[in-house]
Amino acid sequence: MIKPIIDWLIYDILKMQQGSLFAEALNFFLYDTIKIFLLLTVIIFIVSFIRTFFSPERTRAILSHKHKFTGNVLAALLGIVTPFCSCSAVPLFLGFIEAGVPLGATFSFLVSSPMINEVALIMLWGLFGWKIALIYIGSGLSIAILSGIIIGKLKVENLVEKFSYKKPACCAEELKQTFNDRIVFSRDYTKDILKTVWLYVIIGIGLGAWIHGYVPADLLAKYAGRGNWLAVPFATLVGIPLYSNAAGVIPLVSALTEKGVAMGTALAFMMAVTGLSLPEFIILRKVMKLKLLIIFICVVGVGIIITGYLFNLILG
Amino acid sequence: MKIEILGVGCPKCKQLTVNVEAAVKELNIAAEISKVTDIDKIIEYGVMMTPALAIDGTIVLAGKILSKEEIKKIISK
Repeated sequence: MIKPIIDWLIYDILKMQQGSLFAEALNFFLYDTIKIFLLLTVIIFIVSFIRTFFSPERTRAILSHKHKFTGNVLAALLGIVTPFCSCSAVPLFLGFIEAGVPLGATFSFLVSSPMINEVALIMLWGLFGWKIALIYIGSGLSIAILSGIIIGKLKVENLVEKFSYKKPACCAEELKQTFNDRIVFSRDYTKDILKTVWLYVIIGIGLGAWIHGYVPADLLAKYAGRGNWLAVPFATLVGIPLYSNAAGVIPLVSALTEKGVAMGTALAFMMAVTGLSLPEFIILRKVMKLKLLIIFICVVGVGIIITGYLFNLILG
Repeated sequence: MKIEILGVGCPKCKQLTVNVEAAVKELNIAAEISKVTDIDKIIEYGVMMTPALAIDGTIVLAGKILSKEEIKKIISK
């Protein structure tokens, strides 16, 4: 539905030459931008509406009675729907631990919550298609569940910094929300997210469109193709400091896969961008001993790298 | 009245502070607004999401930004 309108605008109104590099790049840019923003608006609204039913308090209550494997699976799944912001990582982490949520399950949550976020999923769906988006969700969940199980098995509870903690007296009345409250919350939340990501999205899609139109195909195949085994760990490392730009990075990666970057490498890169975030580590250092933080980063990092190799083998 | 804004300094906390200051000014009441950025203190309040707002030591909101009008309603209660 969007495509014919853009074709009409570019080739009939602006009278650009069909097949010229600039016209193609502009077409690509406009189409992706409009599509992504439509998706972002609609889906963030729906997701934030669903989220009004999953406060961190409720998630914690569900998880505090679960053990071992079920706890990890549930924590990873709840990570998708529970609102999360890396600046809240510390109070959330301690809140979970203090309420008796097992350390492993807490980590499953900490991995899946930022990694499987709505913005990343929408960008993946819009630019790579639903199959890649599903693969991303599946691998993200697996990494979250397994990382949590491994960290749980290591018995590293002693590496959590001690804190004084008052039982939450908060928000008992806040949980009662009317339908209207939820709609207002979702509307505001959608506006908030759009406000923070729009520029990154446009720059990302713009650069992507430029690469799509001007960079020769297969330019990167030699460096980031399936043949280069170092590409996956390298992509994972590069992704760590890019957290806040996830929305801009995905369109870029989408264009790069057309130019020879292998799909598994691209997936590993995107997971590192969303799941391993430098600012979050710095914040989490306040509640975890350095050793635990390093274990956490290594377990998740290795999981991401394995996923990258695996999909380079499968997807080709 | 003592109003505290809890948060480790993310942009959302700053926005909330601006809104609270505006609300207090418009209501024209005597209120002492302070920011709590120390993570130990925030945790002591039992808050799991920031920014949060405490009035006279009681948490009234956590995890979202309220508009000036909404804050006015809470304060005047």
